[in-house]
Amino acid sequence: MSSAPEEITVYEEVRARPEFAELRRRFRSFVFPVTVAFLVWYLLYVVLSGWARGFMGQQVLGSINVALVFGLLQFVSTFAIAYWYSRYAGSRLDPLAENLREEADR
Amino acid sequence: MSHEALAITLFLVFVGLTLVLTVRASRQTKDATDFYAGGRSFSAAQNGLAIGGDYMSAASFLGIAGIIALSGYDGFLYSIGFLVAWLVALLLVAELMRNSGKFTMADVLAFRMSPRPVRTAAGVSTIIVSVFYLLAQMVGAGALVALLFGLTGEAAKALTIVGVGILMIVYVVVGGMKGTTWVQIVKAVLLMGGATLITLLVLGKYGFNLSSLLSEAASQSGKGDAFLEPGLKYGTEAQGLAGKLDLISLGLALVLGTAGLPHILIRFYTVPTARDARKSVLWGIGIIGVFYLLTLVLGFGAAALVGSKEIAASNAAGNTAAPLLAEKIGDIVFGGVGGTILLAFIAAVAFATILAVVAGLTLASSSSVAHDLYAHVIRKGKATEKEEVRVAKISAFVIGAISIVLGIFAQKLNVAFLVALAFAVAASGNLPAILYSLFWKRFNTAGAVSAIYGGLGSAVLLVIFSPVVSGKVGPDGKSTALFPDGVDFHWFPLENPGLVSIPLGFLFGYLGTILSKEYRADKYTEMEVRSLTGIGAEKASPH
Repeated sequence: MSSAPEEITVYEEVRARPEFAELRRRFRSFVFPVTVAFLVWYLLYVVLSGWARGFMGQQVLGSINVALVFGLLQFVSTFAIAYWYSRYAGSRLDPLAENLREEADR
Repeated sequence: MSHEALAITLFLVFVGLTLVLTVRASRQTKDATDFYAGGRSFSAAQNGLAIGGDYMSAASFLGIAGIIALSGYDGFLYSIGFLVAWLVALLLVAELMRNSGKFTMADVLAFRMSPRPVRTAAGVSTIIVSVFYLLAQMVGAGALVALLFGLTGEAAKALTIVGVGILMIVYVVVGGMKGTTWVQIVKAVLLMGGATLITLLVLGKYGFNLSSLLSEAASQSGKGDAFLEPGLKYGTEAQGLAGKLDLISLGLALVLGTAGLPHILIRFYTVPTARDARKSVLWGIGIIGVFYLLTLVLGFGAAALVGSKEIAASNAAGNTAAPLLAEKIGDIVFGGVGGTILLAFIAAVAFATILAVVAGLTLASSSSVAHDLYAHVIRKGKATEKEEVRVAKISAFVIGAISIVLGIFAQKLNVAFLVALAFAVAASGNLPAILYSLFWKRFNTAGAVSAIYGGLGSAVLLVIFSPVVSGKVGPDGKSTALFPDGVDFHWFPLENPGLVSIPLGFLFGYLGTILSKEYRADKYTEMEVRSLTGIGAEKASPH
């Protein structure tokens, strides 16, 4: 945390490693597109709730309509993305970060 | 035994249990890391429950069930925004924040900037967001006691607010983050248990057929199928384009506000590693998601079994829908005594909910006063840990006392907009500063300060000149705004500022950055490496 000069070198040294570039690439190439995707998906739902009420009101099964299904799908997609990210981070990010941490400790 | 006496007994059992946990926590609270961050020693599952306990306020339990019971589908829009918001926290904020910060939101913002201006701005924003939110909960507590216990006198309301205020101060001052976390965990378990029980009873009544529950709710509401579709409350056809834009604006503030709420952000510091922070958000998403699915059944169940008329007669905003449903379904399934017991249980849970949330808010704001404003701005980083914690405890007293007084005076005001405003400020001021700081190399002091003040200022100004403060009239032609009839100075057409103030917050942050020459690449390297790998991140306390 302190900005002692030798510590800065540790960060700069790690920053220069190809493993770090790979970690950064894997992290950003997952979280940025997925964030854009779920925000668009969510805004689509909000916009349809405002402007496409005929469509949202169509009944799918008994009293269950498109609006309810669409809303429940937002829950499903949220749970799915959370689970997907945790799997991805566990297998693709954590091992790299751990290696870099161990090397920095040495 | 009447339901009032039973509810008070159950609530006192909750208070007794949480006080025991708080005193136990105080014995394990030795240094600043214990007080601010619970020693960073909570497990992911514990912190996940506490995240749920911190986040599921009375507004979302009683409020959303009430909106669904009275206006049908539109209440569900709130739940979805509140849930999807957690993906922003999970993907972009939680882990990076855990790795680069220490105790408060400002730790991350000030990491590579001049600490004093940035901590001042972040502290001001933390206090404003937390106190708005706190005030709304306090006023809610006053209203709730009247509704649940039939105590309508001003004295009873004031006494309730004083009681809630004193308890939250005790939790925070005595137990610090550890005590507060345990209060939130116990509350989350009770709330999930109560909501699950009632949901199962309601679904059982309809043979676990969601469609028949929905059609009964639609027919009892008197609004037919429209009750199951969006548009009865937000963006109604009568409100025209402004109403629909307001819906988008609300949706944006909900989804982007959560990851900028200081009392939520400090929860990420209570676990040992960034990996645990990620896992605790996963737990949180699971708990919060299931909870909002339960409130959907509670809301439509209340419409079907209690009826919109009776709910609206009890409370115009529908806040008593869940307790009334508990009484009704208990009565149907177990007979009159069952109804009394369930009503009392849900009433006690509602109070526990308020207590857990206000304790979290008090902790977040007093931490920021002590760690940001006192230790770093006033004492320029020279305060000892002991002094800092003492100031945090004094601040908790002062903030608690101020909230009690304001809560009593605000009792007659319609304060529902305060929560929406807190989310808008968090999304417009805090989130742009946090995201820029974590991801934009060029970002600097001027950028952080302009993002926070610019976003916060736009949100507050737009709300002041919105119909919520002046000029909004109900169907009876009477003012439903903060100001009475005849006062109308609004020019901003939307009730929620997010649609304008969130982009403005990002724009201010961008302009502030590029107009300043400051550029510290070395500190960004440190932050980037630290946030992604955890090298140099704060460790858990050894004890």
